[in-house]
Amino acid sequence: MRPRPQTGRKLADLAVKVLSGVFAAVALLLLGWILYTVLQRGAAALNWAFFTELPPPPFMEGGGLANAIVGTLVITALATLIGVPLGLMTGIYLAEFGSHSWIAGPVRFVVNVLMGAPSIIIGVFVYGLIVLRFGFSGYAGAVALAILMLPVVARTSEDMLALVPNTLRESALALGAPRWRVTFGVVFRAAKAGLITGVILAVARISGETAPLLFTAVNSPFWPDSLGEPTPNLTVTIFQYAMSPYTNWQELAWGASLLITAFVLFMMLAARFVLRTRSI
Amino acid sequence: MKHMVAALALLAMGVPAAAGVTVQGAGASFPFPIYAQWAYAYNKATGVRINYQSMGSSAGIAQIKAGTVDFGASDAPMDAKDLQEAGLVQFPMVIGGVVPIVNLGGIKPGQLKLGDSVLADIFMGKVTKWNDPAIKKDNPDVELPDKEITVVSRADGSGTTWIYTTYLAEVSAAFKDMVGAGTSVKWPVGVTAKGNEGVAAYVKRLDGTIGYVEYAYSLQNKLPHAQLRNKAGTFVDPNTETFMAAAANADWKAKAPAFDVVLVNQPGEQSWPIAGASFILVREKMKNPQVVKAMLSFFNWAYESGGEMARKLDYVPVPDNVVKIIEDVWADKLSADGQKVWPVK
Amino acid sequence: MPSQGYLPPGPPTPDAARPSRSRQSSGDVLFRLGTGACALVVLILIVAIFAELIWGSRFAMREFGWRFLINEDWNPVRSIYGAASVIYGTLVSTAIAMILAVPVGLITALFLVELAPPRLSRVVSTGVELLAAIPSIIYGMWGLFVFAPWLANYVQPGLQGTLGFLPFFQGPTTGLGMLTAGIILAIMILPFITAVSRDVFRMIPPALKESAFGMGATTWEVTRKVTIRYGFKGVIGATLLGLGRAIGETMAVTFVIGNRYQIKASLLEAGATITSSLANEFSEAVGNELFQSVLIELGLILFVITFGIQAIAQLWLKRVSRSMGGGA
Repeated sequence: MRPRPQTGRKLADLAVKVLSGVFAAVALLLLGWILYTVLQRGAAALNWAFFTELPPPPFMEGGGLANAIVGTLVITALATLIGVPLGLMTGIYLAEFGSHSWIAGPVRFVVNVLMGAPSIIIGVFVYGLIVLRFGFSGYAGAVALAILMLPVVARTSEDMLALVPNTLRESALALGAPRWRVTFGVVFRAAKAGLITGVILAVARISGETAPLLFTAVNSPFWPDSLGEPTPNLTVTIFQYAMSPYTNWQELAWGASLLITAFVLFMMLAARFVLRTRSI
Repeated sequence: MKHMVAALALLAMGVPAAAGVTVQGAGASFPFPIYAQWAYAYNKATGVRINYQSMGSSAGIAQIKAGTVDFGASDAPMDAKDLQEAGLVQFPMVIGGVVPIVNLGGIKPGQLKLGDSVLADIFMGKVTKWNDPAIKKDNPDVELPDKEITVVSRADGSGTTWIYTTYLAEVSAAFKDMVGAGTSVKWPVGVTAKGNEGVAAYVKRLDGTIGYVEYAYSLQNKLPHAQLRNKAGTFVDPNTETFMAAAANADWKAKAPAFDVVLVNQPGEQSWPIAGASFILVREKMKNPQVVKAMLSFFNWAYESGGEMARKLDYVPVPDNVVKIIEDVWADKLSADGQKVWPVK
Repeated sequence: MPSQGYLPPGPPTPDAARPSRSRQSSGDVLFRLGTGACALVVLILIVAIFAELIWGSRFAMREFGWRFLINEDWNPVRSIYGAASVIYGTLVSTAIAMILAVPVGLITALFLVELAPPRLSRVVSTGVELLAAIPSIIYGMWGLFVFAPWLANYVQPGLQGTLGFLPFFQGPTTGLGMLTAGIILAIMILPFITAVSRDVFRMIPPALKESAFGMGATTWEVTRKVTIRYGFKGVIGATLLGLGRAIGETMAVTFVIGNRYQIKASLLEAGATITSSLANEFSEAVGNELFQSVLIELGLILFVITFGIQAIAQLWLKRVSRSMGGGA
């Protein structure tokens, strides 16, 4: 019997090994390239004026994105206030009552589908729901972001709560505690780190979103009087300014990009820290 | 700083502040650079917010017709009949010029001369290379490479396109047949971008491109323009003088109250052949007198005090005698909630 | 943790025995109703989204009917619209992304699971996670200002020089077009495919691999014949999820696709996708009823496609975890 050729196999094996290393290196390289670009161009734009002044008209030096920074903070905070409780309650329902409920299956399915829905469609939906009736507003933008947060928080909450062993629940119930007490007092406490991680990640996700705000909160070069009108925000500003031919605007867009990226990465690290140390 | 904390608190409470009126406008990108400067200066002076979104003349007209903005802006004027049907009032706000911009390895502003129908031929795709004899003819001293011409035009409904194609259709019968004039035409060749901003950005990035923008975009982005031969036969550069020369021929009074004057291919030794006015459109019967009065006050301020800023960007302010006629139209035709809004007491 | 949330949870932990009716306090009834209501909101939401998209599309559907899907013309000023160019753009950019990301993702996952020492594996894993966390608008910025010019200056001329005889690589080398959009999409979905594949590969029972190694198979052979074959279904699931993400991606694509409503064979040409058309045109469609309706109909088409992909992915992955969780 002829022995099977060895060199072909060994060569293929080596080739794939080398290729996989190359691919991994390329992934890291791309990451480094992107982060370096954002850092380099963004840092050049960050100065005191950036954080305190209003946007300049084209071609004028100076100015900043103070209104957009505040706007993003407020819209994100409002979205969190709406989306987290809703998502949390949904997650609780799925984890605690899931196996005794016929709607849990469909709800879980829809939650997963919504997580993958294009964020711009959510923006179009909120446009039809709110903007056509009440005009562009920061409220509409917050609602759109809340809808994006909802499935993420629901899913992570359900997963984290399901991890808590039932013995904990059973012992609490055996002591006579009502169901809701058991969930909020005992189960929550056990799953605290995981739940908080889920919320942090959801906030990180929406803070970088642009598409849902494009036709809800839109943008504004001034300090708004209230959230009931077009509200300035960093992400839509980046979109508008980056596509413009004005170099001063493009620089501001990079500054905003650095802020957003830094915030998102910071949140990611915070989530990891919480999860690793299981303390908060 | 204090302002920021107060704003944050207000936003958090969702309470509308008593300060500041906001006026919403949308439309042409042609005048956007000067409108933005005026709005910024006016806000600093009075606290009134003029929020103008640049999205193209057609979109501006659509929005003012739908009533989603307080004023629209367009470079392609509507005629008296259309204005009547839509219940709109139109008036010129500023005058400027459309220029062909070129990005060709080291060419300086005004160095390239494009005579007669050469420009039209380029935009029709009949002339495809920079070293084509038709271009060489007018530019014997310029180094023209053997490179493909990338044509950049507008994708959106644009008054700038309307002014530009009106010119091309006038100087080239072939262009009139093949493409025609309009706010949005089917360009036979090239890539498209949105807004004057998009075209300027594109041309700035890429070598070997030619596009058309309102002059301020060329000037401020340091994009070289090409010289054109005007009706009188002279090659001219675009600037305040040549725009004014073109505008001097306009008979505004005859065209009031629609003011739909076309400044393309005007006679005059010094006239820039692609000049145009940019118009503001407002509804005849409006709501919310406070906002309307603030808006008209802004326009009046721009007419009276904004001239210097306009000239710096090579726009031509509307002449004083025309402003008088315009403001008479305001007094005559405009109202909010039933009451007259001009003059503001 | 990009993979979390993509593999469905295991069989739900049975909750504690329900207390008998008599012991249920009113607080508990409220509790169950309250949380149930929130869960119901999710269902109402998705129905509402479908309903609104369909309702908003009615003008466009009435005006154009089915022709809409195959008409290439796009002229808002003359009110002529056709979805063909954006559907084409969506499909092609996504296809490029998948062709690039799936093999690279699988082989990178292989690296992480089989080849790299644990510390290196963790570093690369973190790097991949960071790639997933970067917001898409940042990809757009980097793409427009850095990557596209780099492609235009260094890569595309080379491509045209060598493969220019193919219709795919002819035309202007502006850096803004299908190819650039496809590559950036590939970078964006790479982390998902890598992470899910990595998790799938890790779930292979070691005994299977060890027996293959014991017979003298090389690492690549073990991967091909054992890991990928066993985890094939999981890999399909990962691919489907990446696909869903790529199709729905907006900002990165909008920045670099060139925004031209045309169907051209060349990958170097500019194009448009459903998401880029929505991002670019929607604000200008305000006040124009037909235009708005057209865009909403495009949104509906997109939502139906992503819904379908998500649904298939969900069902598929459920089968996978059932078969793998209960296996060996």
